[in-house]
Amino acid sequence: MAIESDVLVIGGGLAGLTSALAAAREGAAVRLVAAKQSTLRNASGLVDVLGYTADGEGPLVDPYDAIPDLPADHPYRTVGVGTVREAMALFDEVTPRYRGGHTDANALLPTHGGTVKPTARYPAGVSDGVASDSRDALLIGVESMTDFDAPHVAAHLTAAGVPFDVRGVTIQFPGDLRADAAITRYAKLLDTDGTVEVDGRERPVRAALADRVAAEHDGEPRIGFPAILGDDDPAEIRAALAERLDAAVFEIPMGPPSLPGLRLEDSLFAALDEAGVSIAAGNPVVGYDGDGRVEQVYVEKNGAHIPNSADQYVLATGGLVGKGIDSDRERVYEPVFDCHVAHADDRYDWFDREAFGNHDFARFGVHTDDDLRPVDGDDSVEFDNVRAAGSVLGGYDFAAEKSGSGVSIATGYAAGRSAARRAR
Amino acid sequence: MVSPPHVVVIGGGSTGAGIARDLSMRGVEVTLVEQGNLTHGTTGRMHGLLHSGGRYAVSDQVSAAECIEENRVLRDIASHCVETTGGLFVKRPEDSEAYFQTKLDGCAASDIPTEVLSAEEARAVEPHLAPDIEKAISVPDGAVDPFRLVVANAASARDHGARIETHSTVTDLRVEDGEVVGVEVDHASGPGKHVHGTEGGTEVIRADHVVNATGAWAGRIGAMAGVDIEVRPSKGVMTVMNTRQVDTVINRCRPKGDADIIVPHETAAILGTTDEEVDDPEEYPEEHWEVDAMIDTLAELVPMLRDARTIRSFWGVRPLYEPPSVDSDDPTDITRDYFLLDHAERDALDGLTTIVGGKLTTYRLMAEAVSDHVCERFGVSADCRTADVSLPGSEAFSVLRDYMDEFGLRSPIGRRSVERLGSRADDVLETSSPNPTVCNCEAVTRAEIQDAIGQSGSDLNAVRLRTRASMGSCQGGFCCHRLAGELHDDHGEAVVREAWDDLLRERWTGQRHALWGEQLSQAMLNYALHVTTQNRDNDPADGDPVDFGAFDAGVAADGGDQRGD
Repeated sequence: MAIESDVLVIGGGLAGLTSALAAAREGAAVRLVAAKQSTLRNASGLVDVLGYTADGEGPLVDPYDAIPDLPADHPYRTVGVGTVREAMALFDEVTPRYRGGHTDANALLPTHGGTVKPTARYPAGVSDGVASDSRDALLIGVESMTDFDAPHVAAHLTAAGVPFDVRGVTIQFPGDLRADAAITRYAKLLDTDGTVEVDGRERPVRAALADRVAAEHDGEPRIGFPAILGDDDPAEIRAALAERLDAAVFEIPMGPPSLPGLRLEDSLFAALDEAGVSIAAGNPVVGYDGDGRVEQVYVEKNGAHIPNSADQYVLATGGLVGKGIDSDRERVYEPVFDCHVAHADDRYDWFDREAFGNHDFARFGVHTDDDLRPVDGDDSVEFDNVRAAGSVLGGYDFAAEKSGSGVSIATGYAAGRSAARRAR
Repeated sequence: MVSPPHVVVIGGGSTGAGIARDLSMRGVEVTLVEQGNLTHGTTGRMHGLLHSGGRYAVSDQVSAAECIEENRVLRDIASHCVETTGGLFVKRPEDSEAYFQTKLDGCAASDIPTEVLSAEEARAVEPHLAPDIEKAISVPDGAVDPFRLVVANAASARDHGARIETHSTVTDLRVEDGEVVGVEVDHASGPGKHVHGTEGGTEVIRADHVVNATGAWAGRIGAMAGVDIEVRPSKGVMTVMNTRQVDTVINRCRPKGDADIIVPHETAAILGTTDEEVDDPEEYPEEHWEVDAMIDTLAELVPMLRDARTIRSFWGVRPLYEPPSVDSDDPTDITRDYFLLDHAERDALDGLTTIVGGKLTTYRLMAEAVSDHVCERFGVSADCRTADVSLPGSEAFSVLRDYMDEFGLRSPIGRRSVERLGSRADDVLETSSPNPTVCNCEAVTRAEIQDAIGQSGSDLNAVRLRTRASMGSCQGGFCCHRLAGELHDDHGEAVVREAWDDLLRERWTGQRHALWGEQLSQAMLNYALHVTTQNRDNDPADGDPVDFGAFDAGVAADGGDQRGD
């Protein structure tokens, strides 16, 4: 007998989690299946809505202002600016650790590569790092951590014209962590305020770290660290360091594995638990029954194919990175329902000659009707009860626009809500 | 005592670097000039096969005999550049039995040791060979790292007093009274180490003799002195797989054809190749069918290649040459032998010698021939010693020591570092500070990166070639910004930004030929990391000033937003 629900969400990224939450809030019985345990480890944890137009103009001060002028097939145009605002309000409600909701304006946040990028919401932990804040800053790098070279980031930020003086120094992290220690190792040590040996003395790591930084501190009112300051309770760690250093403490997000991304995932899963969504992670959807309407899907678990049936389905399996869109030498396809994905026949037309050029592949994905239901090459709805959300959608380049999180949240919200309303 | 002659060698590939080493070891004063970084031309764009000679044992036994002899020399003098993989010539049912026998006879005639393996025995060596292969001939093929080999030759030349100038383009040859007397050089960044953004300049380098070792570019240099050199550049594609599907060089046992070789190389396997004549060694089409042909044809030998992950493809141009009288139509008919052109005899132009044709495996022999010729001209009587004296890094390198504990490196990182560095490992890896891994795919540590930066200036592509950093599965997605950070220790931010951009650009170029399946997914991830997380496509340091005041200035540390944290 199939596992049944009103709405089945396929995919455990930002879009899937948001749509499950939106559907549950409408009163539907929701089940979420995800192929992977974790997808947000690749994400910086900054929640962008729109930083640049589709033509590359920007950085945009007000993302909402620019949405009506986006191309007609852009997912933001499909759901409309009002829905984007509602979706962001839901996000704000369930992520108390996030900031930025007090204004429509984007914030510019330093990146670990030394640029600044426009974003709409940011973890409280990076709040004191915003680049429009004129307070001088000291950046701290850790000698064995190659992802964040503080002197280089500081010099690059200066070249980017930030309105404050910024200086970077590299310290040795107290204790005897291996040169290749994982980010989570540092976070765990700080979470537990574990004991480290410094000059033959046993000391709690937060105090020992603060001492190392204090030796380099020259009165800057704020001090930035790579995003390693704890997984469970980063606010407490920042407060402890801030007190000892008499300066505000902030983090700079980094690439994978990203602690701010993992923290965001944790808070969204907690919100889903609270809303009563049933979650099965680690099991891919490998097939379905139905024609014009999906009757049930098959979820692979320990080699067996378990049927899951629902009245409505949300496809939130991700884009090329998450394999919600896949390809071979001849074609680009959507592997779960084989929804139509428009692409040039010749794979040499899928990309631009320049590394950061205008890439077709960055816009690969399914196209939909106004209700986010995927359509085929003739604009006919493929399945009456399937809606798509997040980067499985085509028609926008989330990387260039800095719109990935916002599109996932807005379309996830719209798809989940609509699915729940249509469910019996 | 008469001062030694000064020879300018043009070309920083294997031949040019080999000549610079040979001549400088004989006491000749040498300046080597190269338009890009070392191995910029054909040397850096080959499949890395150390020939046993087996591939030429039927068609060209002179080349075959030279190959096996030089193969033995390189195993000895360049042990840290060579992996003794062994090779197989594999026969499928549709391949000719007569050719198989001719191959065996040819190897015997060329002194190439062989062994015939049954299909079962061959699959015991390489389990992924197709189930229907018939048999194979085993030969002493190997893999050679051309970057490491050329860098070691250049380092040896420098140790013997040579001057090595990379990123220095020859713009003209000086000819006076029917004799070449020097070269005009355009330095991209002033003499010495290449540093991005440094003011360049032109220099006239006077010489007693000029050697043109520019391979496919030889005609262009010849034209500067008014002599015709009819190089017939021929392109070939190489397709790089993300892992080693085979640990032995796999050749198809049939007469020459496209897509007939797989070379295991470090962490990858390289599929080759095509053979198509082109007009210009820098501008030629890189075609989609060539990549498809590699995969589809070689999958007949190793079926798993059909669905395996390709990480990039690149093309090289062979500097083929034949005397104009031969006039072959098909580039595959042109000999792989080398030619020394004595322009004094050939064109009544003194002071210039050109070397064309040949192969990487015989680079040392070609260098010896050129050096003998130049030395004879100037009455230098010193003997060639390049076959006897090990290259830097390969001295006393008989046993790999266990460096892991000694340098605090984890296996297999320690093993890989020591393999790359050879006997230089002690010098390079001994640091008092932490030595984290910068490139995870290729297991390259900070100490190695810093050593390479010390050798090559601000050119991160040169650092890449020396260390293999950014050349693995992720193609630099995770480490380009780390390499930039490492460079910042010695160079200013603006220099670093330009070098970083150059590296990103170079990495993208070859990946474009592998953009489907896993590697398209990887490319999208890399694009997202560089463009979303780092915002490198809209770097405000490169663009218009940003009006910071118009954006959200944040919430006060303890107020503004009242929700808990």
